[in-house]
Amino acid sequence: MAEDSGSAFNIHPMDQFVIKPLFGDGDILWYTPTNMTLWMGIAVLAIIVLLVIGTRGRAIVPSRSQSIAEVIYGFVHSMVEDIAGKDGLKYFPYIMTLFMFILLANIVGLLPMSFTSTSHIAVTATMAMAVFLSVTILGIVKSGTKFLSLFWISDAPLILRPILAVIEVISYFVRPVSHSIRLAGNMMAGHAVIKVFAGFAGALGIGAVAPIVAIMAVYGLEMLVVVIQAYVFTILTCVYLNDALHPGH
Amino acid sequence: MAVEGDLVQMGALIGAGLACTGMGGAAVGVGHVVGNYLSGALRNPSAAGGQTATMFIGIAFSEALGIFSFLVALLLMYAQ
Repeated sequence: MAEDSGSAFNIHPMDQFVIKPLFGDGDILWYTPTNMTLWMGIAVLAIIVLLVIGTRGRAIVPSRSQSIAEVIYGFVHSMVEDIAGKDGLKYFPYIMTLFMFILLANIVGLLPMSFTSTSHIAVTATMAMAVFLSVTILGIVKSGTKFLSLFWISDAPLILRPILAVIEVISYFVRPVSHSIRLAGNMMAGHAVIKVFAGFAGALGIGAVAPIVAIMAVYGLEMLVVVIQAYVFTILTCVYLNDALHPGH
Repeated sequence: MAVEGDLVQMGALIGAGLACTGMGGAAVGVGHVVGNYLSGALRNPSAAGGQTATMFIGIAFSEALGIFSFLVALLLMYAQ
């Protein structure tokens, strides 16, 4: 990048997404603890504290954490049952894991000076590929060649069916791409916007009130987006699961 | 005031500005989905609760494309 001449390039909003080793400045190998692994570990720890330790009392009249854990459990359970049907409930642990991890990794990334693990395409692409591969293999194992009836739309006129089949196959393979980029893009975009406004606030003097109010507004929006993106990832996983378990138009 | 820089960076910045026009389509799309949901919910309030899930899926799909264009703009601006 060439030398900058204005204030616009003194902000580096994308620096918050760089993965750095925690101890020292060496190479990042597969066993190096980095800020990514630290914050993913914090998210998992938060899940354990909420779900395991929160429900440890098993009270009939629940305490606050038990109540939150039960509400989340009931919510995901009813979502899986509504969309994937009764036989989709066998895969409820997987979907609950996805939902809890994405929700808490996103929420933990909202803390100041933290790092959002799900803003990296590596993390979300792994989850989306896992969903895609498991759903496809499940569909093929359960239904055999009837799985291909997912692409052959019997409601359409016979002339159009081959063209529609090609379109359906392409849109089926685009699913992991859009699934992963949606989550990663939303997380990266939200945090980058906050950092850009923070750069403006640093550059102005007393007029920094305006960017700070804007940061507050974007932060509130970001809290909503975080929960909605976790919900959308999970509900799309349930929809793909339903397609695999009950194929055919 | 002479501005230093090269043609590649200028092209990247102009491209980033142009990429942001994609977000207008996404905003219109999201508004369309929510507006249709609202008009249906005001006609038939008791059936509205069951379709909030569908509304959120629709919002996610149409917003994703706006996010893709924002991503392209960010990549052009900061990660040529």
